[in-house]
Amino acid sequence: MSQVECFDADRALSRIRELKHLDGPLLPMLHALQDEFGYIDEAAVPLIADMLNISKAEVQGVISFYHDFRHQPPGRHVLRLCRAEACQSMGCGKTISHVEQRLGVKLGETTPDGTFTLRDVFCLGLCAHSPAAMLDGEPHGRVTPQVADALIDSARRRQ
Amino acid sequence: MKIYIPCDAAALAMGADTVARAMESQIKSLRIDAQIVRNGSRGLLWLEPLVEVETPEGRIAYGPVSAESVASLFDAGFTRGGAHPLRLGVTEEIPYLKKQERLTFARCGITDPLSLADYMAHDGYRGLEKALEMEPAAIVGEVLNSGLRGRGGAGFPTGVKWRTVLNTAADRKYIVCNADEGDSGTYADRMIMEGDPFVLIEGMTIAGIAVGATRGFIYIRSEYPHAFRTMQRALAIARSKGYLGPNIAGSGKAFDLEARLGAGAYICGEETSLLESLEGKRGQIRPKPPLPAMEGLFGKPTVVNNVISLATVPIILDKGAQFYRDFGMGRSRGTLTIQLAGNIKYGGLVEKAFGLTLREAIYEFGGGTATGRPLRAVQVGGPLGAYFPDSLLDTPLDYEAFAAKRGLVGHGGIVVFDDSVDMAKQARYAMEFCAIESCGKCTPCRIGSIRGVEVIDRIIANQERTQNLQVLDDLCEVLLDGSLCALGGLTPYPVLSAIQYFPEDFRKPAPPPQNGHASQEISKWR
Repeated sequence: MSQVECFDADRALSRIRELKHLDGPLLPMLHALQDEFGYIDEAAVPLIADMLNISKAEVQGVISFYHDFRHQPPGRHVLRLCRAEACQSMGCGKTISHVEQRLGVKLGETTPDGTFTLRDVFCLGLCAHSPAAMLDGEPHGRVTPQVADALIDSARRRQ
Repeated sequence: MKIYIPCDAAALAMGADTVARAMESQIKSLRIDAQIVRNGSRGLLWLEPLVEVETPEGRIAYGPVSAESVASLFDAGFTRGGAHPLRLGVTEEIPYLKKQERLTFARCGITDPLSLADYMAHDGYRGLEKALEMEPAAIVGEVLNSGLRGRGGAGFPTGVKWRTVLNTAADRKYIVCNADEGDSGTYADRMIMEGDPFVLIEGMTIAGIAVGATRGFIYIRSEYPHAFRTMQRALAIARSKGYLGPNIAGSGKAFDLEARLGAGAYICGEETSLLESLEGKRGQIRPKPPLPAMEGLFGKPTVVNNVISLATVPIILDKGAQFYRDFGMGRSRGTLTIQLAGNIKYGGLVEKAFGLTLREAIYEFGGGTATGRPLRAVQVGGPLGAYFPDSLLDTPLDYEAFAAKRGLVGHGGIVVFDDSVDMAKQARYAMEFCAIESCGKCTPCRIGSIRGVEVIDRIIANQERTQNLQVLDDLCEVLLDGSLCALGGLTPYPVLSAIQYFPEDFRKPAPPPQNGHASQEISKWR
C-alpha cells in the first residue's frame, strides 16, 4: 500500500539534506520525497532549489520530465498495467478496458474514493507472462480480466 | 537438503512468494530438515515458479508449482526427488536448458544471488583475479579481441569504447552501467541483476581497473524495484568483503559503485540521456560528438555499457578472448541472450551463440504461439525494431544479417504476435510510443511522431489513403535521417516494415467512427 501523508517541510528538508553529498543528487532527492509523502509537494520545489543552488524552474523541469514524479497524492493502491508490445500480443487491451470499466476511471486517474490510482507502464520485464501488471510494487503475470478482478478485490480487502 | 525457489520478479509474478510460504509451513509441520534458498531464475519462465530440490542425482525440478500443489509435492516425497505430475527431471537435462550455451548466465538460477561464497564457489571473481595481474592495456586488448559488442542494442565494440576511455587523460573517469532496460520483450538485464548481481559488479570492477576509473554507477529503471533492491544489497556485501572500496581484493586499487534509480523515462536508455539523468537533469539527449568516452558523466571520460555487456566481461577475462570469440558467426561473436516474449508458448531466456535463426528460436525453443493460432508477425529488438513476417524468419540472429533486412537484433528480445494482430494499429502505436517518450530535443522526433500518429489515423479511417501513405513515407524519411538519436531515428522501422510486409492491414474498410471522431487522440494517460 502506498504511503500518502501530509507534506511536512521539516521532514522534507531532512530527507533532502541527507542526500546533498551525492554526485547528481536531484533524482535521488525527488525519489526520497515521493517515497516519504507519496508525491512531491509543490512546496518542496523551492527547498530543493535553494539547497542545490539551482532555479525552481530547473527543479520543476526535471519533475515534469519524468513520468514517475507526481505533484498529487496517488490513491491508496497504485495499479499499473503494462501496455507495451509483448503485453499487446497477449491482449492487454482487454484487461485495461475491463479494469477501467470496473474502477470507473481511465489510466492515469484516481478513483473518487481515493482507493485506486490506475497507471499504464511501458514494460515491467515480465514479457514471458504477458499481460503483466504491478500492484503496489508487486509484480503479477498473466493478468487476464479475471486475474485483475482478483487483484482489485485483494487490495480492497487490505485497505 | 536444499529447496530452491526463485526470487526473480517473473517467478514472483507467478506466485513464488506464496509457494515459498507454503513450503516453509510444510517443512515446519513435517519437521523436515530442509533449507529454502531463494535463487535467481533459470530462465525457463513458462515453468515458473520452478522449484528445485538437491538430490544425489543432481537438482530435480518441479514446475510450475502453485501454493495449492505444495502439500501434494511433500506427499509425493519431492524432497527426495519423488514422482509427481509436476516433476520435470534433472534441471540441467531439460532440453530447453541443455541446448543452450550459458556463458553470461552460467550461474543465474543456480546460486543464491546474495551469497558471495556461492558466487566464489561457482568461478566468481576469477576474471577479476586475472585482470589484477594484467596491464590495463592488456585487459582492454582482451575485451577487444573477444569481439564483444554492446548488448544494449547498438552493437558497438565494447573494447573500442574502453580503449578510448583508457587513452583519454583525466583526473577522474567513470564506469556507467546502463540498466534502463525499457524495450518491451526484454528482461535479461533484470534477470542478471536479480539472479547474479555479483557478476555485474565484477564486470564493472574489471572495466574500472582497465580504463583507470575509480567510480561507477548502475542506472536501474524504476520499473525494476526488485532488481534495484538486490543490486543495492549486493553492493553492500561486496563492499563489506573488500570487493568494492579503496582496496579491491587487497590489490591497492580503488573502485566503488552506486546504484541509482531512473524515473520512468524510456529515453534514459539512450546513453547520453542516461548521463544527463544521472547528473540530475531532464533526460534529454546530448548531440555527439563529444563521445561519452571522452566527455561523459560530469564531463569526464566515461564507459557506458549495457548490463549484459559488462556481465560478460568476467568470463572473457577468466577463460580468455579466444574462448569467447569461438562462439558466434561473422562479426557477431560470442553469445546472444535471446528473450522469448509475448504470444509464445515457452517464453524464457535462451543464451545461444549468434547465428540461431529466428525460426529456430521461436519454434525449437519457444514452441510457437501461446494461443496456438498461426504466427503472423515478430518484432525483434524492442519498440524500435522491425516487424518481420514469416518469410523472414530464417534470418539468423546476427547484427549484420538483421541490419541487411532493415531489422534490429537490439537487446535480443523477440515478441511474437499471432494472426489476430492488426499491423496498422501496431504502426500507430510505434509512433504514439515515440511521441510519449520523445525527450523533445530534436524536431523530427518531437513533432514528427505526433504527425505520424495523425497520418496513420487518417490512413486507418480511409481518408485519402494513397496520398497519406506517401506522406507517412516522407515523414519516416525525415525521422530516419534527421533525428538526433535512435528513438526518432528508428521508430520508422516498425512503421515501414508493417506497411511493407502487411499492406493488407492498411487497406481495410474504415472502422465506424468513435464518439463522432474518426481519429483518436494521442494518449494523455500518463
